[in-house]
Amino acid sequence: MNSVRLLAVFVENKPGQTANITRLLAEAGVNIRWVTIANSGPFGVMKFLVPDPDQGHRVLRQSGVMASFLDILPVEVADKPGALQAVADCLAKEQINLDNTSGFVANGRAVVIVETHEIDRARAALVSQGLRVLSRDELLCL
Amino acid sequence: MGSVFWQYALAMTFANTKHAYWKPEEEILSRTELEALQAERLKRTVGRVYDAVPFYRDKFDTAKVSPATVVSLGDLARLPFTTGADLRSIYPTGMLAVPIDETMRLHTSSGTTGKPKALFFSRQDVSNAAELCARSMVATGVTKQDIFQNMMTYGLFTGAFVMHYGAEKIGCLVIPAGPGNTERQLMLMQDFHTTTIHITPSFALYFADMLEKRGIDPRKDLALKRAFVGAEPYTEETRRKIEEGLGLRVFNSYGLSEMNGPGVAFECQEQAGMHLWEDHYAMEIINPETGQVLPDGERGELVLTTLLREAMPIIRYRTRDITSIVPEPCPCGRTHRRIQRITGRADDMLIVRGVNIYPQQIERVLMSVPKVGRNYLITLEGLDEMTVRVELSEFGFDGQLEHVVALQNEIATQLRAEILIKPKIDLVPPGTLPISEGKAKRVIDNRKL
Repeated sequence: MNSVRLLAVFVENKPGQTANITRLLAEAGVNIRWVTIANSGPFGVMKFLVPDPDQGHRVLRQSGVMASFLDILPVEVADKPGALQAVADCLAKEQINLDNTSGFVANGRAVVIVETHEIDRARAALVSQGLRVLSRDELLCL
Repeated sequence: MGSVFWQYALAMTFANTKHAYWKPEEEILSRTELEALQAERLKRTVGRVYDAVPFYRDKFDTAKVSPATVVSLGDLARLPFTTGADLRSIYPTGMLAVPIDETMRLHTSSGTTGKPKALFFSRQDVSNAAELCARSMVATGVTKQDIFQNMMTYGLFTGAFVMHYGAEKIGCLVIPAGPGNTERQLMLMQDFHTTTIHITPSFALYFADMLEKRGIDPRKDLALKRAFVGAEPYTEETRRKIEEGLGLRVFNSYGLSEMNGPGVAFECQEQAGMHLWEDHYAMEIINPETGQVLPDGERGELVLTTLLREAMPIIRYRTRDITSIVPEPCPCGRTHRRIQRITGRADDMLIVRGVNIYPQQIERVLMSVPKVGRNYLITLEGLDEMTVRVELSEFGFDGQLEHVVALQNEIATQLRAEILIKPKIDLVPPGTLPISEGKAKRVIDNRKL
C-alpha cells in the first residue's frame, strides 16, 4: 500500500547516456528528487524518484528509451549509530533478502531506501518493529 | 447395431484420413521403384547434358567420366560438381540443353553482387515445377476448397509463380496479392476468407504485430489455416511466433531458384522434416570441405541433381545449404526421404577457437529465451573473441539490474551448451541495433588472424 514507485531506466553503458536521459526529463519539466545509477558491464540501470513516475515513463518511452518501474520501501530511521542495523536485523530475522539498499540524511531526517523481492513481508516486519515506512508524499516533502 | 457402428467408424476413418496425396503413384511407390526411376532419369540427364552442353562435356572429360558408364545412383559420386560460380560463369545461356526457342520462361536468382544466375524453363519444366508445388501443398492439407493468397513478389524471383501455378493445379481460388500493402492484404483475407497464405517470415511477423495492435484475433476474425513461409531463412522459434501470431500452422519448405524455387522439399502434416521430391531431384549430403559423400543422418552440404529438367539440367549442384537426411520412413506414407530444416549456409560457417559455428545456431538459442528481442549482431574481434549483442524485448526490463544480469548469464550458458564456447553477451535496449532491410547482416568479423 505505501511502497514508493521509482522510475527505472535501462541504458547502454556508454558516454552521454546519462545526459541524454536527464535532458529528456528536464525538457519535460520532471524534477528529479533522488537518483542512483548502477552499471554492470555493457549496460546500466538508472533509478529516479520523481513526483509523477507515470509522466516520466511516458516521456522516456516516447523517445524510445526503455523505462520501467520499481517499488521500494523508504524507511525513516533515527540519525544515530545502530539505526541501519535495526532495519537490517529486523529483515534478517524474517529471512528477507535485501537487493539494493541506499540511504541519505535530509533536513536532519535519515531515510533508508530498501529494495527487496518481498516488499509486503518486509513492510510488515518493519512496521511490527515500530519502524516507520514513509509514503510517497512524505518522501517527496522531506 | 454393432455393425452400423463399425461401418460408421470405418467411413469416418477414411473421411478423416490425415494424409491425402496429390498423385499417390508418385508419392508412395516403394523405395526400389523410386530408386530405379531415379537411376533411369539420371542416366538420361547425364547423356543429354554431355551431348548438348559443352560446359558439361568439358567437365565430364576433365573428370574422365564417360556418360555411358553412369548406370546407377552409385555413379553419382563420380560426377563433377556444379557451383554457383559455374552458373555465373556461363551467364546468360551457356548451360542451355535445348534451343532457346524451346524455352518458355526466364527467372534469375537474387544475386546481390555482379551478374545473377539465369535460369531457363521449358513448357514441361514450368508444368513440373507447378506439379511439385501442388504435391507439396496437398501434403499440407490443401484442397480445392482452399483460398490461396499469394503474398510473394511476382517477378524475376521464381517463388510466387510456381506456388501460384501449383495452387491453380489443385483448383484453389488463387489471389495474386503480391507483397506489401498490409491494409489491402487484410481486406482480401476478410472479404474472401483466405485459408492459406504464402509469405516471407519478416512480413508474417509484421502482419501478426499489426493484427495484435488492432485487436484482431486471427483465430476468430480470420479463416487462416496454414502458411507457407519462405524466401528468407527463419528458425523454429520464428515459426512458432508466426503460428502463434497468425493463428495457423506454418509448414516449412525448401527450395532454391537454381532448382525451380519452392517445392523442392516440403513438410507434410507430420511436420517432422521436409520430403525432398526424389523423383525430380537426386540428393546427396557431402562434407563441404572435402566433397566426400556422407551417410544418411550426418550433417553436411546438400547437393542436388535435376532428374527431369529439360531446358537447364544441373548436375550435382552445391547448394551451400547445411542439413541432413532423415532416412526413417514417415508416418504419412510418402517414401521420398526427408531433410532436416536448413541449419546454415556452408558460406556462413564461422570457425571460432577451432569450433564450427553457424549463426543460425546462435539465433535459435536467442529466440528461445524469453525477454529477448529479435535483433542481434555477432562480432568477432582480436583473437577469436566473440561478442553477441542482442536487444531486450519490449517487455524485457522490470526495473531491476540484477534481472538483466541474470538474463545475460542465462543466454551465455545456453549458448555455451549449443556452440561450445561462451561468448560475451551485450544486452542492449530495443531499437539500438541497426534494423535489417532485406538480408540482415548478422556477423561482423574484425579478427586479425
